[in-house]
Amino acid sequence: MLTFSEIISTIHEGLTDALPGWLATTIEYVIIGAALLGLYCVLALILILLERKICARFQCRIGPNRVGPWGLLQSVADMVKILLKEIISIKNTDNILFKTALFLAIAGSFCTFGALQFGDGLACIDFNVGVFYILAISSLGVVGILLAGWSSNNKYTLIGAMRSGAQLISYELSAGLSIMTMVILAGSLSISDIIAGQGGMNAEGGYNTWYIFQAPTAIIAFIIYLIAGHAETNRGPFDLPEAESELTAGYHTEYSGIQFGFFYLAEYLNMFIIAGIAATVFLGGWQPLQINAGWASGFNELMGQIPSWIWFMGKTFALVLLSLWVRWTFPRLRIDQLLKLEWKILMPISILNLLIMAVWVII
Amino acid sequence: MKKIKEIISSVDSSLTIEEQQYPTICVSPNQLRKLAEKLKENGFDVLLNLTGMDYKEYFGVIYHFTSTQDKKAMVVVKVNTPDRENLAIPTVSDLWASANLYEREAYDFFGLQFVNHPDLRRLFLRADWNGFPFRKDYDADPKLNPVPLVNQTADAMEDLPSIRFDKEGKLITEHKALFDKNEYVVNIGPQHPATHGVLHLRVSLDGEIIKKVDPNFGYIHRGIEKMCESKTYPQILQLTERLDYLSGTMNRHAFCLCVEKALGIEVPKRAQVVRVIFDELTRIASHLLGWGCMCMDMGSITAFIYGMRDREKIMDIFEETGGGRLMVGYNVIGGLANEVSPKFVDQVKEFIPYMRKMIKEYHILFTNNPIAKGRMENIGFLTKETAASLGVTGPAGRASGWSCDVRKIEPYAVYDQVDFQEMLRSEGGTFDRYLIRLDEIEQSLRIIEQLIDNLPEGDFKAKTPAIIKLPEGEYYQRVENARGDFGVYINSKGDKNPYRVKFRSPCMTLISALDPLCRNEKIADLIMIGASLDYVIPCADR
Repeated sequence: MLTFSEIISTIHEGLTDALPGWLATTIEYVIIGAALLGLYCVLALILILLERKICARFQCRIGPNRVGPWGLLQSVADMVKILLKEIISIKNTDNILFKTALFLAIAGSFCTFGALQFGDGLACIDFNVGVFYILAISSLGVVGILLAGWSSNNKYTLIGAMRSGAQLISYELSAGLSIMTMVILAGSLSISDIIAGQGGMNAEGGYNTWYIFQAPTAIIAFIIYLIAGHAETNRGPFDLPEAESELTAGYHTEYSGIQFGFFYLAEYLNMFIIAGIAATVFLGGWQPLQINAGWASGFNELMGQIPSWIWFMGKTFALVLLSLWVRWTFPRLRIDQLLKLEWKILMPISILNLLIMAVWVII
Repeated sequence: MKKIKEIISSVDSSLTIEEQQYPTICVSPNQLRKLAEKLKENGFDVLLNLTGMDYKEYFGVIYHFTSTQDKKAMVVVKVNTPDRENLAIPTVSDLWASANLYEREAYDFFGLQFVNHPDLRRLFLRADWNGFPFRKDYDADPKLNPVPLVNQTADAMEDLPSIRFDKEGKLITEHKALFDKNEYVVNIGPQHPATHGVLHLRVSLDGEIIKKVDPNFGYIHRGIEKMCESKTYPQILQLTERLDYLSGTMNRHAFCLCVEKALGIEVPKRAQVVRVIFDELTRIASHLLGWGCMCMDMGSITAFIYGMRDREKIMDIFEETGGGRLMVGYNVIGGLANEVSPKFVDQVKEFIPYMRKMIKEYHILFTNNPIAKGRMENIGFLTKETAASLGVTGPAGRASGWSCDVRKIEPYAVYDQVDFQEMLRSEGGTFDRYLIRLDEIEQSLRIIEQLIDNLPEGDFKAKTPAIIKLPEGEYYQRVENARGDFGVYINSKGDKNPYRVKFRSPCMTLISALDPLCRNEKIADLIMIGASLDYVIPCADR
């Protein structure tokens, strides 16, 4: 079967044979960048449509059904509209920060997106500190949100930004701790090592299963990561920074046109990224479902036939659906309840969980 | 009755009680304070309504007092100024908190000077408005009040004038600022996704904590009461539905009842029963929307759409029979506008079990949700005393334990012939106000269930004169609408137009409860507490 790594190495060899080394590398960078950007936008459009359709079903509505068959082109139409909209410039804003903020927000999300492994060999970068990189770079978004709220010179945005700062920094801890729990289990910070530990054969001749099945603490870490990750995406029930009912639109109240579109895009992709990281760290990334038992070898074989990128996308979208389900069911928390949940419940559990995992691994 | 005699004889032995619809006492401005204090001491702890009047030779104020202990007790106090120049009337806002807004309204419309009122700003009109529009000699020339091209400044909104007598007995005006210079004041509204209309709240914040809320009225003031003075009675009916549009049927019912009472028309039984069914359906629709909006204000949009979905069924029933959906226009003076649709009974019967099933679903989806409970519990408590003082009636008042259901106190139409329970809760928290609406839907279904099976045969409308002229006199009618005690006051001089119409808006008092309820709560709770009071701005602004 033709795999992505083969296609990529064929292109790479073709380029290096035909062109000088520096040019080939540059062209490869451009191709990869463009491909990632394309994927980023396409995924955002799909997610927006998916959310609108699914939330309509939750709410006994039909959802968009006019543009294209079953309303499939609705997001495209919306994208064209948002691109054509006037960008309203506001007096008395800190113009430089105002315009930098949205780039920071989207850069943070895009850089994290680039570090995901979409399939077997389908990754742009693979460091030995990949997990560390993801945790670090995904925090960049909060700087964007804080700057957006501050530079808009508006009381609503300022409250939204302050809430957002408090919320993201708090939940970053739980998210980080629960991923660290898994790093202990994997014994590596490299994403490809983490994925490799969740599939294929192990040294004793058995099958490696996903990490979530390897240790009971992993399940706790998974649930905590889902909650914390959900909070980091600023979506309901944790959508306080843009709590519509009290803050109109929170930190992005003053943005219009494509500037708003950037925040919108980043928000949707963050949802995908959080789901993607959860799928990678806990659910085996692009690894197929395997059962560690002698009788299951046929099943494992069959699962292995499904292309790896379908596995990754399938898991990620399943988690995205879960997040949509939560969002459209629960009401919003209040800021003190939100922080209480993190500092008094999630964080102590995470720390304890981390210790138990360390002991588990040593034994 | 005897008690009232004792009260007034302790104030001044020369005062007499006029036997009208309610016992009425006429006093001069000098005696008002003493009488008001005595009334307050003797259990009249609710100032239900305050109506400013222009009698051409002099001005007057009409107070409607009632009591939380003796629910059926009602006393009307009339105060008249000596002439058109000396307009000083002592304030009663320190005795009844509801007088705060009522007196501001009377000042705004008639220019009455309420001495010692702490905050005598105009209520609906801008501070720079010329003239007092409800005076009979008001000049409505647009040149006097051109359309303003600049916004009102914050200073003008925050300057609290207060009138008092100085040592020589002259009236002097003092000014005070509403907020300190360094307070962090956030404007919520008039354009805001969660104020349920064009309400403008100026909120002083300390971080996320609310220090003070100042509601700003008048963004949808249409002068409906003033318009009524130049319209005939059947025309006024259309205006009543535009007050509280979510309980339009009930408002219209109130006005019809008031006119019917004045004319002595006997409404056919069939019309009375259908009116009650319509009232209760409207109440369910309104509570569903109130429930949904409250859920949405807590961030649960799905619950909102559920509420809207089920409300739609009621709208369909209205459309089938009455023609309208939101403003049905079905009650007319003397009965109903037309016979009910042949499908009406079946539609309503289908709706009752459906709604019961859906209420269970609401409890599963939202009431028992831990986040929702965490948001609503232990927040925004309104004691019975405060509720009575502020005049907070309806579901919000009943959640505080004040039994104030007009359907029980002064039954109208066929409410005395149906069996239903007045839902009461004791604590007055936000969660109580949330639950009481769902309970009231259940009771409304019970009322409809008892009536729908045997609609009496007969006419749907009594014979009415071609031109409706009310005999000279004053008429007051109370009705329980979805938000509380809705009152209609008509003063007729025997013409085909009323001399003065006043609507007692339950929403205005609900909004005035925001400030005591929200102090020291978080800003996120302001919206939710507001939603739990479930006010409608067009009703408050009129």
